[in-house]
Amino acid sequence: MVAAPSSSTAAANDDTADDAPPDDWRDVETALALFATSPSIGLRLAARPGPARDAAIALLKGWLPAGDPFRRMPATISEAALIGGLDLAASLDAGQPVLERGLLASADGGVVLATMAERMPGETATLVAHALDTGAIRVERDGLSADLPSRVGVVALDESMEADEAPPEALSERLGLWLALDGADPRKTSDRSLTAEAIAAARRRLAAVETDDAAIEILCQAAAAFGIVSLRAPTLALRTARASAALAGRVQVAEQDVETAIRHVLAPRATRLPTPPEEPDHDPLPDEETDDRDADTPPEQDRSAELQPEAGLADPPEDMTVETTNMALPDDLLRRLAAMLRAPQKLAGSGRAGGHSKSVRRGRVVGTRPGDPRRDRLDLVATLRAAAPWQGLRQSETEAPSRGSLQVRSSDLRIRRYRGKSETATIFAVDASGSAALARLSEAKGAVERILAECYVRRDRVALVAFRGSRADVLLPETKSLTRAKRCLSALPAGGGTPLASGILAALALARASAREGRTPLITLLTDGRANIGKDGAAGRPAAMADAREAAIAVRKAGIAALVVDLAQRPSEAAREIAETMGATYLALPRADSAALSNAVASVSRTPAASTAHR
Amino acid sequence: MKIAFPFAAIVGQDSMKLALQIAAVDPAVGGVLVFGDRGTGKSTAVRALAAVLPEMTAATCPYHCDPARPEEACESCLARHAAGESPDTHVLPVPVVDLPLGATEDRIAGALDLERALSAGEKRFEPGLLAKAHRGFLYIDEINLLEDHLVDLLLDVAASGENVVEREGLSVRHPARFVLIGSGNPEEGELRPQLLDRFGLSVEVTTPEDLKTRIEVVKRRDAFERDPVKFADLYEAGNAAIRDSIIAARSRLADIVVPDSALEKAAQLCIRLGTDGLRGELTLMRAARAYAALQGDTEVVWSHLARLAPLALSHRLRRDPLDEAGSVSRVARAVDELEAA
Repeated sequence: MVAAPSSSTAAANDDTADDAPPDDWRDVETALALFATSPSIGLRLAARPGPARDAAIALLKGWLPAGDPFRRMPATISEAALIGGLDLAASLDAGQPVLERGLLASADGGVVLATMAERMPGETATLVAHALDTGAIRVERDGLSADLPSRVGVVALDESMEADEAPPEALSERLGLWLALDGADPRKTSDRSLTAEAIAAARRRLAAVETDDAAIEILCQAAAAFGIVSLRAPTLALRTARASAALAGRVQVAEQDVETAIRHVLAPRATRLPTPPEEPDHDPLPDEETDDRDADTPPEQDRSAELQPEAGLADPPEDMTVETTNMALPDDLLRRLAAMLRAPQKLAGSGRAGGHSKSVRRGRVVGTRPGDPRRDRLDLVATLRAAAPWQGLRQSETEAPSRGSLQVRSSDLRIRRYRGKSETATIFAVDASGSAALARLSEAKGAVERILAECYVRRDRVALVAFRGSRADVLLPETKSLTRAKRCLSALPAGGGTPLASGILAALALARASAREGRTPLITLLTDGRANIGKDGAAGRPAAMADAREAAIAVRKAGIAALVVDLAQRPSEAAREIAETMGATYLALPRADSAALSNAVASVSRTPAASTAHR
Repeated sequence: MKIAFPFAAIVGQDSMKLALQIAAVDPAVGGVLVFGDRGTGKSTAVRALAAVLPEMTAATCPYHCDPARPEEACESCLARHAAGESPDTHVLPVPVVDLPLGATEDRIAGALDLERALSAGEKRFEPGLLAKAHRGFLYIDEINLLEDHLVDLLLDVAASGENVVEREGLSVRHPARFVLIGSGNPEEGELRPQLLDRFGLSVEVTTPEDLKTRIEVVKRRDAFERDPVKFADLYEAGNAAIRDSIIAARSRLADIVVPDSALEKAAQLCIRLGTDGLRGELTLMRAARAYAALQGDTEVVWSHLARLAPLALSHRLRRDPLDEAGSVSRVARAVDELEAA
């Protein structure tokens, strides 16, 4: 059983979930205080730079024990700076290898503040995740081997502007508190009971706080009701409940602590709304989403739907209470959960959309590795660094005349490692309208799948845009995952008008973004060319065709390689014309057997790649 | 040393646990690939493995060679064998070596000992992680994020069973036979087909959906976080039982009968699924044999094959983007069909 409310401070938490408009800044303070009490919970703070964010960080710093490390970590941090490695100068001075600690080890016992976390590459996130999971970091670099403690609390500052930007999921998944600062005003009156002393006291109490099974059961049940698949979420929520109890001076986790944890850890992660049993007719989804649900449902939702079988997550809560007897589920918990969800929905959305695919890969130098400089670019500094420790040894082996000169061997040669140097991104724009599609959509899907298989072999990236009705939708942001592409394609709905211009423009936007990241984009447009919806969404063939031509010109001007696959029953003038305007290769589907298709993709994507590689 | 979550305390995830135990019984099965959702305890399970592995007898050389197999020994052990001496031995835990992301090539393959070079101007080979993992397990978390040139290195060593390093006029060759264990999340990117092929068994892990199981997972995780020592004590007996079953299975392994009917069934299954080459059948047989040994059976029967088929074959199917069912269910379907036939 969950303990009854025992103090008045904690009762204040209940107010926020009720009808009164929530005091946003108080929410911010609560989340920050929870983190300061137990940094291992982790915090994802969605906020643009500004006074509110500065105030939040200042507040947090003031609450953390003075003297504990507080390290800023830029998203572009190098592997060496993060993990550590050989300190060359010190090693040469000392005549023995000296390890330079990386940021993760030097922040042990303190807090790492990851700025611009949405730009953090997946590899960096994985290293941080490893420190969070094991409390240690393994160094196996530059001839050094060490296991260093790295018990850190991570605050990820998420400055995403776009819906498909988000910190890597490997990281955000391990951060308990998800907080959005939007609209929170730091000038609002704050909770005076929260002081550095109060938090220090809470930190001391933390280890003694007890939980009972009921609290764990409620958290798991709430996570299930929210459609949260990962088991890390309830675990982090439990830590949060414990911190909340410590803050309130309790030695036992109480109902309001569980609710605080649900509010700050589980609700922002919700992938669906819990259905309150009392009002079964009420559909709490925003209209916009219900309308176009088929087209808009992100792939994860499809999947989580699959993952919820009759007997599990999707169960109505009545069944769950039968399964686990003794469960003390507050009567109106589900309704309150639903209420909590409205505010932070934006945060959850962004997390789902971009998390896994968004590892920032630009055509920049990401490091060096041993290699042959005749094929790749030599990294002179790294080469000299690699040669330096061996000079003493080599000098002693050298004949007298050449002694004293720098000795560089082929094993020292280091070449630059670029990210995304010659990666290709194939962007599919699929016409899923009634006219083109109904008869031929399955063939179009077949064609896309065929090319996907090719892309998989070459480890290209793929993205998928579908256009139908009045607009184009990015069904799949750029990814390397065939699994996701496959899933996404099979769920492709069809019917409606042909907003060709919107489709081309959406593909172009993706292609441009991809080119900015250093990749070589290729647009593959599958359509019958019969546009009848303009880019403003209005019906009318002539205007729609004009818009489509305009969009095609934009593709040519952007210099992006393209391939148009004609879906019409008989090869149509319309599609051919679009292809010509676009400067694209044209291929009619009736003749486009699988082999011809993959050849076409291969040849089109090879041409531009040659000019941009090795930048 | 940090205490690892006890293997015996892992809730559910039977296929993953089974695959790891099979690899422990018969390393010849090949590596284990664990792919799946986040937060399902993939790396927890692998890191828990070390505690249930039986100890091994090894020569006192940097590569802990197997004294019973002189043909696979390192140069120093070879010299002793040739001289008719038997090497000094000691007993040590089977290594489970973590290859962390961000590790550099010199630490993986081994390189000249930097300290000796700097302080004494002396050339000495410092063995790397591949040497450490010899006769044990090499674990790579987030294997799909591993740099291409490191993947090449691993494939090379895994194929030949030995590691060759040439540096500063020094040429070192040492045995490096290890069971590769990889884990990752398929949404981060696909694995190179060549690397995929190196794994004997593959497991897809998903988050448990049943509420009771989920509650149990969170409860145990919490108990472990709060007092790892006490929690580990609680499951020591469970771990010991698993260790004993692995030891017993190993001793039985050679005596397990594989009847022709089982071989035939395995071949039929592979033909039905269209797996390339003989590797699938071979792995399936080996794994089924180890499974029979673990179960205390004396002969490989259809139920062993049926249980192991998804693990041994699902990653060997040709990619078929048209088939939505996914490879595990394709294997399951083929097993059902064969059973009905």
